[in-house]
Amino acid sequence: MHTFSLAQLRAGLDRREFSSVELTQHFLGRIAAHDRLLNSFVTVTDDEALKAAHAADARIAAGSAGPLTGIPYAHKDIFCTQGVRTTCGSRMLRDFIAPYNATVHEKLQQGGAVMLGKTNMDEFAMGSTSESSHFGITRNPWNPDCVPGGSSGGSAAAVGARLAPVATGTDTGGSIRQPAAFCGITGIKPTYGRVSRYGMIAYASSLDQGGAMGASAEDCALLLQAMAGFDPLDSTSVDREVPDYRAALDADLTGLRIGLPREWFGEGLDAEVARVLEAALDEYRRLGAEVVDVSLPNSELAIPAYYVIAPAEASSNLSRYDGVRFGHRCEAPRDLEDLYKRSRGEGFGEEVKRRIMIGTYALSAGYYDAYYLKAQQIRRLIAEDFRRALSGVDVLMGPVAPFAAPAVGQMSEDPVQMYLSDIYTLSVNLAGLPGMSVPAGFAGGKPVGLQIIGNYFEEARLLNVAHRFQQATDWHTRVPAAFA
Amino acid sequence: MSLSSHEVLKIAHLARLSIDEARVPDYARDLSNIFDLVEKMRAVDTHGIAPMAHPLDAVQRLRPDAVTETDQRALFQSIAPQVEAGLYLVPKVIE
Repeated sequence: MHTFSLAQLRAGLDRREFSSVELTQHFLGRIAAHDRLLNSFVTVTDDEALKAAHAADARIAAGSAGPLTGIPYAHKDIFCTQGVRTTCGSRMLRDFIAPYNATVHEKLQQGGAVMLGKTNMDEFAMGSTSESSHFGITRNPWNPDCVPGGSSGGSAAAVGARLAPVATGTDTGGSIRQPAAFCGITGIKPTYGRVSRYGMIAYASSLDQGGAMGASAEDCALLLQAMAGFDPLDSTSVDREVPDYRAALDADLTGLRIGLPREWFGEGLDAEVARVLEAALDEYRRLGAEVVDVSLPNSELAIPAYYVIAPAEASSNLSRYDGVRFGHRCEAPRDLEDLYKRSRGEGFGEEVKRRIMIGTYALSAGYYDAYYLKAQQIRRLIAEDFRRALSGVDVLMGPVAPFAAPAVGQMSEDPVQMYLSDIYTLSVNLAGLPGMSVPAGFAGGKPVGLQIIGNYFEEARLLNVAHRFQQATDWHTRVPAAFA
Repeated sequence: MSLSSHEVLKIAHLARLSIDEARVPDYARDLSNIFDLVEKMRAVDTHGIAPMAHPLDAVQRLRPDAVTETDQRALFQSIAPQVEAGLYLVPKVIE
């Protein structure tokens, strides 16, 4: 059952070939058997899942099932869930039980989806390797000596190993697309504002966006359909109708114009990754697409701009963790300042502290214009580059990361090296555009993702472009031998 | 750019973060390297370019000025480290 698509699971549930309880038990069994190695879950919610599965079975029997009723999923541990702890991978929130639900969680619950547990992640979503969690590193199902990518590495590893059919993720600078690429699964980061951020623990509020991860574009379409939509509780949520993503999947690609940002195929891109991407583009040519060169001249500036804007917003967002209202509090504080400093010093890990300090400095008196304002101006240059590039083509395609999954420990020692590897994903968040990662082949036995970027609110087009590729290829159906 | 240990401690104070004294040189090195990366922005002429604060250049939605929240103090304080009689407890601030 763990290799079934969501459509097959839906059909199986509706025809009573298996119940949601059986399906849920199957996945809980796989988690129990395999997750000791991967550590993709922070919390497994066996009891709650079985309860939700029973309720789903009743709903199916009553004939009132929705598209996700009875379907298990893994939930990134950044979405607040009433009654189940939400840690965000941090000691600060080790025992935090949110007093309310994230809108995304509320929507999935109302749809009758069955949460299997909460997935591991880089602390506060700050990282590209899933090595900074207070709850230990997550490993890549394709090679346990390698990282799964980050920050949604737990979600990506869980789906990659088929410990869950689909998972939620969030993407501030590549945190859905890059781990999806490293774990050989499909992931979509929608347009900024498409999925509610309410109850999604904030990292960088002008960049954070929730999205869907699954084996295929079709599965992502079904999950995203349930997650997306206007939410009055999120002041940056966009009040715009959500199209039927699944209905658009099969559209023909004849005449599709694909732009290749030439800056993304030069120095720094691993040769084997480039070869995989070239083969994927050939497949698109066979499907009737036309591939043309485009330019994103300010590509390299995405790294400095992002690593000012994101830490600046983070330093402000994370000031709420004060040891007073919720979260970690130090023992026996001498005075109020000591309470703040030690609670935060003990509660946050190294990378989070680094980013808070970068942001604090960039926003401090006398430096605001030179850093934050300058970065916001560059952000506009980058968005303008995309606008020009997308004016002549339907989608852009390129790498997700410069290389396949690196070894555990290889990147985490040097933050600058880690930041540089985000080169192809950061700019998409700065512009607020939707982006996807689609399994496109292997380099050295490790999965490689193809990135597809579209215009604002063109998620349906992206999913269609990915789906047609997946109808012609089988990369997305590959499962690591140890988890077959 | 090279941040001194003194500057690192000042930033940590502004951020209300205690950091391990022994780790200060590591922070100074890492933060300096990161700011070297960030310095690349300086070479770009951004004169006259409007800063972009929001990807869709949207502004905050307004709503009628009416009470929509109910009192949930007890619920919210149930997850606080220390409360008493509906108040959050902190070390004494005023002698």
